[in-house]
Amino acid sequence: MNNLIEIDSLTFKRGERTIYDNISLQIKEGQTTAVMGPSGIGKTTLLKLIGGQLSPTSGDIKFRGESIPNMKRSRLFNVRRQMSMLFQSGALFTDMTVFDNIAFPIREHTNLSEEFIRTVVLMKLQAVGLRGAADLMPSELSGGMARRAALARSIALDPELIMYDEPFAGQDPISMGVLVKLIKQLNNALKLTSVVVTHDVKEVMSIADYVYILAEKKIIGSGTPEEIRQSDSALVQQFLKGQADGPVPFHYPAKEITAEFLGA
Amino acid sequence: MEALAKLGRSTLDKFSALGRATFVLLGAVMSVPQLKNIPLTIKQIYVVGVQSLSIIIVSGLFIGMVMALQGYTILVDYGAEGSLGPMVALSLLRELGPVVTALLFAGRAGSALTAEIGLMKATEQLSSLEMMAVDPLRRIVAPRLWAGVISMPMLAIIFSAVGILGGHLVGVDWLGVDAGSYWSIMQSTVEWNEDVLNGFIKSIVFAFVVTWIAIFKGYDSIPTSEGISAATTQTVVYSSLAVLGLDFVLTAIMFGIE
Ligand SMILES: Nc1ncnc2c1ncn2[C@@H]1O[C@H](COP(=O)(O)OP(=O)(O)OP(=O)(O)O)[C@@H](O)[C@H]1O
Ligand SMILES: [Mg+2]
Repeated sequence: MNNLIEIDSLTFKRGERTIYDNISLQIKEGQTTAVMGPSGIGKTTLLKLIGGQLSPTSGDIKFRGESIPNMKRSRLFNVRRQMSMLFQSGALFTDMTVFDNIAFPIREHTNLSEEFIRTVVLMKLQAVGLRGAADLMPSELSGGMARRAALARSIALDPELIMYDEPFAGQDPISMGVLVKLIKQLNNALKLTSVVVTHDVKEVMSIADYVYILAEKKIIGSGTPEEIRQSDSALVQQFLKGQADGPVPFHYPAKEITAEFLGA
Repeated sequence: MEALAKLGRSTLDKFSALGRATFVLLGAVMSVPQLKNIPLTIKQIYVVGVQSLSIIIVSGLFIGMVMALQGYTILVDYGAEGSLGPMVALSLLRELGPVVTALLFAGRAGSALTAEIGLMKATEQLSSLEMMAVDPLRRIVAPRLWAGVISMPMLAIIFSAVGILGGHLVGVDWLGVDAGSYWSIMQSTVEWNEDVLNGFIKSIVFAFVVTWIAIFKGYDSIPTSEGISAATTQTVVYSSLAVLGLDFVLTAIMFGIE
């Protein structure tokens, strides 16, 4: 199978702070790839790098063999029409109804009739269980609903690559189940390539074809969900089991707590 | 040595900000005009222009009234109260119309533009536009820029017109200046090119500068509550200073050197 995205010895720094230190990973076409890792490790950053919103300090990111950081702006915008991203915050347009939000990318990029757009939008909303909320403003949605509406928007144009940033956060068990199924369906039926960034180990392991686990600026584990479960790496096991103590630090780098409180 | 480094750094920062501002401007101006943008621009003209009408009309009226009052007390001593008309009209058309409108516009519409764009940035709406392959410079910034550039000169004209009526109200209806001379001397003194057109050109320049600053400050803001509030303040301060400074320069060019 072809690689849709190839990340090659990528290093990324925010000022002095290194977020990624020489990582490489591949995202295969038609597969669901999960990216897991502790909070603040740079998962969102990785998606933004793939989307060309941030530029790597060194290394390369290729979309179908074409280097994203080296693309001209106009070319980048063309490539982005084949991608879509579900933002962690949802990022719905607050001055439009839910309906118009989902119709937005369709209206911008196609010349379909309003009637047809209406059908598409309502179908997408139906898929995320929000058809009844079409006329609400984003401010009238709950956090979980907003994220589902944003998900509907990100699949509005049936892109080839969808990057989901924390799609399951803030969902109740029922909508979580629906979303997991939806992502899987999109992937199977439309042969979409999906990248799912999440903390929800159990859910994502059930739909991912391949998993990368990030920690400490590196990829600490990768493989099929089965391989990951069997992994004998202490880091990986700590992450899967959700233990606070272990090789992966739970805390943002800081001086020793005793030193902080005792003023040493 | 340290001070020198600091100076160098802040100079560099200023230049890089200027560079970014030019980038935003060019991105907005150069973006391929699309039919879809026309309704967006019209909507923005409503938001920045039409909704500023009330403050412009009320201010214009009061400024015209105050000027007539002040002008009358001065002119009447010389028996020249007949010149009240041209005095009110010329001050409004040449200076007060464009300048006060620009200052009010910066406070009313400019600050709102900055806050709106800054919040769009903070809530990742701009990023998500980019990821949808929609250029925010074209979709968000350009319609607001054009709306500002189109609205403000019109507001300035309305301001001057209302001000002249306000002057009439106080000068003629209240203080008893002869209505015929108020209008006829005004008509014979005010020149189309010299006064009306120059004032109009001024307000186009101000419109452009104020809207540009407002949009850039929003687009370039630090996407946090503090960042946006600072950017909003800066919009009002910078655009007011720019308007007053430019007004001097433009006045010198237009009326100064004979
Ligand atoms: N605009 C920014 N400027 C400076 N540093 C940033 C910025 N955005 C993020 N960072 C830093 O980059 C690191 C990675 O951030 P990122 O948002 O990618 O984390 P994440 O893995 O998505 O976390 P979470 O799971 O909590 O969403 C964080 O430690 C953060 O401190
Ligand atoms: Mg994140």
